[in-house]
Amino acid sequence: MLDADFFRRWLIACAALVDRDAARLTELDSAIGDADHGSNLQRGFTAVAAALEKEPPPTPGAVLTLAGRLLISTVGGASGPLYGTLLRRTGKTLGDAAEVTPARLAEALRAGVTAVAELGGARPGDKTMLDALEPAVEALGSADAPFAAAREAAERGALATVPMRARKGRASYLGERSIGHQDPGAASSALIVGALAEVAAG
Amino acid sequence: MSGDGRTAVGGQVGIVLVSHSAKVAASVAELARGLAGGGATAPVTPAGGTPDGGLGTSSELIARAAHAVDGGAGVAVLVDLGSAVLTVKSLLAEGDELPGGTRLVDAPFVEGAVAAVVTASAGGDLDAVVAAAEEAYGYRKI
Repeated sequence: MLDADFFRRWLIACAALVDRDAARLTELDSAIGDADHGSNLQRGFTAVAAALEKEPPPTPGAVLTLAGRLLISTVGGASGPLYGTLLRRTGKTLGDAAEVTPARLAEALRAGVTAVAELGGARPGDKTMLDALEPAVEALGSADAPFAAAREAAERGALATVPMRARKGRASYLGERSIGHQDPGAASSALIVGALAEVAAG
Repeated sequence: MSGDGRTAVGGQVGIVLVSHSAKVAASVAELARGLAGGGATAPVTPAGGTPDGGLGTSSELIARAAHAVDGGAGVAVLVDLGSAVLTVKSLLAEGDELPGGTRLVDAPFVEGAVAAVVTASAGGDLDAVVAAAEEAYGYRKI
């Protein structure tokens, strides 16, 4: 069973991974975006980790809802409302249960990813974070070792964005020239799913 | 404008202009106010850039601007692109961050802002303000 502390540790691990890879994310974003993805997410997850270290909410749902709200208010780029919506919708779907099963988390994350797709209007194949999140959530719901499988699926999904042509966001203005670069949002999604696997492995 | 498009009681519709750039939001607000003509101009507040003066979108500035222009007749929010659109959408989904009667308007930023401010200043209600701003898409230049 996964309790509030598990989710708190997940988000703090996200902050650490984003911190470690901020320069790489910004580098990816400078190729096809506006070169702020790493620093934007760093600001957002630093705020999330600080809030959760100070006063962690009592349930998994409340931890995720608070984190989502903070990302929307602190990131300053499109990834703020997108990741904020992912966490908030996942948190709201979990309700006020004190503990949740991995299967229940998979189900709630599915609702979160659907909300992200609705907000941004993107579909898999558009070279966005969905290309990492969709396969990750799929793997989380079905596999034997769900968290490790989700990490692997997210990383594979992120790499699969390299040959894609961007159809959403600023990168879409580049048309053909967006081909050959990994999508920064898919890369950061793989980090977030990777943090989940890291914390689940203990 | 038809008589039933006017606000019977209460204040004017408030307008919030959200841009990635503080200067763009402030200048478009100034332009729209200037073109609204004489009389009582509807409340318009820019919410541009990040709180530290950089390029981006701030949900805090947007929420503050929306509350500042809210006189009870509704708030029309016009946005430029990308994170400005997504941030306002996610704030509306949150339910309690923006005043009741706040609407995201699907309109070109400059032309829509002028149409919205002119309509709101003339006493148009929220539906009329939103419709006027959205009609700006139909204005062909050549």
